[in-house]
Amino acid sequence: MTDTIDHAETAEVLDRLVIRFAGDSGDGMQLTGDRFTSVSASFGNDLSTFPDFPAEIRAPAGTVNGVSSFQVQISDHDITTPGDEPNVLIAMNPAALKADLHRLEQGGTLIVNTDAFDERNLEKAEYYSNPLEDGTVTGYRVLRVPMTTMTKDACAPHGVKQRDAERSKNFFALGLVSFMYSRPIEPTLEWISEKFAKNEQVVAANTAAFKAGFNFGETTEMVGQRYEVKPATLPAGEYTSITGNTALAWGLIAAGQLADLPVTLGSYPITPASDILHELSKHKNFGVRTVQAEDEIAAVGVALGASFAGHLGVTTTSGPGVALKSETISLAVSIELPMIIIDIQRGGPSTGLPTKTEASDLNLAIYGRHGEAQLPVVATKSPADCFDAAIEAARIALKYRTPVILLSDGYIANGSEPWKLPDISTYEKIAVPFATETNGTDSEGRDVFHPYLRDPDTLARPWAIPGTPGLMHRVGGLEKQDVTGNVNYTPDNHARMGELRADKVAGVARDYGATEIMGDEDADVCIVGWGSTWAAIDSAVQRTRRTGTKVAWVHIRHVFPLPSDLGDILRRYKRVIVPELNRGQLCNMLRASYLVDAQPLSKVAGLPFSAREIQHAIMEGGQS
Amino acid sequence: MSDTAVTLTTKKDWASDQEVRWCPGCGDYGILQAVQQVMPELGVAPENTVFVSGIGCSSRFPYYMNTYGMHSIHGRAPAIATGVATARPDLDVWVITGDGDGLSIGGNHLIHALRRNVNLTILMFNNRIYGLTKGQYSPTSYVGKVTKSTPFGSIDPPFNPLSVALGAEASFVARTHDLDRQHMMETFKAAHAHRGASFVEIYQNCNVFNDGQFNDITKRSVRDDMMINLVHGEPITFGSEVAKGVSMGDDGTLRIVNVDDVGIDNILVHDKHHHSPSLAFALARLNQDDSSPTPFGVFRAVERPEYSSEVSAQLARASEKSGAPDMDALLRSNGTWVVD
Ligand SMILES: Cc1ncc(C[n+]2csc(CCOP(=O)(O)OP(=O)(O)O)c2C)c(N)n1
Ligand code: SF4
Ligand SMILES: [Mg+2]
Repeated sequence: MTDTIDHAETAEVLDRLVIRFAGDSGDGMQLTGDRFTSVSASFGNDLSTFPDFPAEIRAPAGTVNGVSSFQVQISDHDITTPGDEPNVLIAMNPAALKADLHRLEQGGTLIVNTDAFDERNLEKAEYYSNPLEDGTVTGYRVLRVPMTTMTKDACAPHGVKQRDAERSKNFFALGLVSFMYSRPIEPTLEWISEKFAKNEQVVAANTAAFKAGFNFGETTEMVGQRYEVKPATLPAGEYTSITGNTALAWGLIAAGQLADLPVTLGSYPITPASDILHELSKHKNFGVRTVQAEDEIAAVGVALGASFAGHLGVTTTSGPGVALKSETISLAVSIELPMIIIDIQRGGPSTGLPTKTEASDLNLAIYGRHGEAQLPVVATKSPADCFDAAIEAARIALKYRTPVILLSDGYIANGSEPWKLPDISTYEKIAVPFATETNGTDSEGRDVFHPYLRDPDTLARPWAIPGTPGLMHRVGGLEKQDVTGNVNYTPDNHARMGELRADKVAGVARDYGATEIMGDEDADVCIVGWGSTWAAIDSAVQRTRRTGTKVAWVHIRHVFPLPSDLGDILRRYKRVIVPELNRGQLCNMLRASYLVDAQPLSKVAGLPFSAREIQHAIMEGGQS
Repeated sequence: MSDTAVTLTTKKDWASDQEVRWCPGCGDYGILQAVQQVMPELGVAPENTVFVSGIGCSSRFPYYMNTYGMHSIHGRAPAIATGVATARPDLDVWVITGDGDGLSIGGNHLIHALRRNVNLTILMFNNRIYGLTKGQYSPTSYVGKVTKSTPFGSIDPPFNPLSVALGAEASFVARTHDLDRQHMMETFKAAHAHRGASFVEIYQNCNVFNDGQFNDITKRSVRDDMMINLVHGEPITFGSEVAKGVSMGDDGTLRIVNVDDVGIDNILVHDKHHHSPSLAFALARLNQDDSSPTPFGVFRAVERPEYSSEVSAQLARASEKSGAPDMDALLRSNGTWVVD
């Protein structure tokens, strides 16, 4: 960073800090959190974020349902989670206090905007006495700051209207914590001027508010000790801060480039997947076509049609959308064409908790189709990992000519982390050999094309795309005769085709390589994780090992078909614990597949695991 | 649409080697014949042609065409075909659907394909029955229709497929029937030539579950009085003995009149290019009561931006503006920092 931080010498050094910004949906908490994150990222901290949105877009202002929070952990070492308990909570109104105070660590710092604690707001938050006065906040270090008033005062000399000035109070809060935690200020000032360039008044107001917050911290005694989190010693390289959904979109674009195939996305908006549609829609110069379809069924239809025509067909959605797409995915299994179905899981069943995270679609992904319709399922584990996961899904789909489901979740989708940019030139190309010639002869000795004559190694069928002379053929959902692809209902053929389809998918596991056992291979306990639990498991495993207890950990990227060495690995351990944001879906699979006594550690609360919950299960053998 | 001037094919080149398996006497045979016969006249190549269908007797159609084809799932053909056409605007994409497939389970996809004006030629085989599932009433069956699922007669009013298509902003709407191969061929040719979504309703006889459904209209003995052949730019007339025509009353509704009574100048002149769909809509509904004649031919054919061309144009503009794909630049587009 170019700018120096005043008084940095006097700051006490922390190795990590968890801070949570909470306010009404209209208070700009996501923006504030994002800014704090960006500044920390470019300062060189490692970090992980957890935006926590209200379920309703327009929940009544001032109510607990309308609270929008953003939690970020910054540290001077490698971290994967946004932290279990915030050290600092910024509560912009009573509702935010009500929603989030219980998360704050004992003795933690609570910064409240006292101006918002009037009778009306207390009532809306269903507080019957003022929590700042009735003992609710004892046990915390409370900074009472009249942020609204001070923001208005700071803006007044710049001719900003009172009402407009009030909107800048989140920048006051940001300025204050920027002082308290020694964040560089220049990047934020520059960012304000750029972001709001179209409106001078807004630039003036936000700048004034930000500086006022910073100066308030500096000049009043209230803040006390100032803190600092030094840059992390991350591996050398060029970094960007990335959310899961952006990484996924970029991974899909990269997959198209690596395969030299145009990408066509069919999608219907749904939280928390829509941002992938938004992101892909921006990059048409990569040859990416996006169709916002009339529903999820049409969206997957568009993707499948595009695949039939020789594109990489992709569809993005969340659980309710996957349910609608199910019939078309079965068709894709039957006609054996590549396609990627992305499920950004959220709390269910039904509309459930659209803005909250869960990993309860595993069964849906693996089993949720009619007939024997196996397909590979790939799971991503973190925001940055989405990039490689998307490429992996594409590689499998294209090589085996099969639909592939890629599972992410709301926590990964909206969370962000620093990502060391990969060198794209080192990625292996994805070969897509379209069929160009006939591959058989008919009874009269004429050259013909057999659309179901498989590659002996992969069992993939040839992919002949429209426009190729001489290879015209028909595919469809009716059972096809082995080799010729003609409609065929005979028992033996159906049995054989079912077996071939299943064997083909099972064969995908040959490409995985040996399963990595992290932690202590010789431990008694093995954690088996998949998906976004990676972050909490990582912290839990590190902490457990620091206490001297051994623990092994396997994290599964390919949840179907499972790695072929997994059974042998799991049988070596006395205890196998499977933390999942569902009621034990992978755990049941492991028990069924390997007859091991795997134990579930379930959490279905719309929230990610905390590292402590997992550590507790490892140490105590307890259930959460 | 292939740019190559003329591709020389014969009807035989368009037939696949698969045995056709509709019930003997089914109207679908005549439609298949008409399509296979008209293809060589379109100057396109089988390898650049794709037939996508849903599920139903009619939807078996692609198996019999020596082209690329997909017999997909019930109702979804317009969506899948939208994917094919959007990915590959160079292809000729046809959709084969039935009254159940296209108007019941797949009604949503049909209207949106028409609204978007995707370059598809959509042939809807309307036999006013669910043929494949052995004879339940369909969304085009008339009130009172007795079928296996309506032993006391159907109580839900039917759709008029052309009204639906016009309401969905279809840019090309036509009607033909399975007994007139020449008329089918002309209609298919016009539908194929239209850039955008073309919707063709084909009255099709299901001789097993709904035999004679269109007898009162298309049988030779009644045709002249019960069918109107729409000709662009010509007064809308018909009639065997007395010359009859269609005129517009003071209240804006269409009525059947004797030409001699009102004079030929007062007979409506068909204008398939009219910017307003009102006349086409009124004509499509002329036969809402069974006694009125049914118009056939092209009701509407107007130019509208075509979806896949627009998608391609946006891609081209993006390339012009942002240049060639550059993955390294994309990864850096949100700002980066360097850790030494
Ligand atoms: C999802 C689904 N639901 C129901 C069916 C059963 N089904 C197949 S075809 C059909 C109706 C076909 O009627 P129509 O589209 O008019 O075609 P026709 O057979 O009359 O040509 C039905 C209900 C199915 N194949 N798939
Ligand atoms: S059931 Fe009817 S529509 Fe189906 S093939 Fe037989 S006659 Fe034709
Ligand atoms: Mg029908």
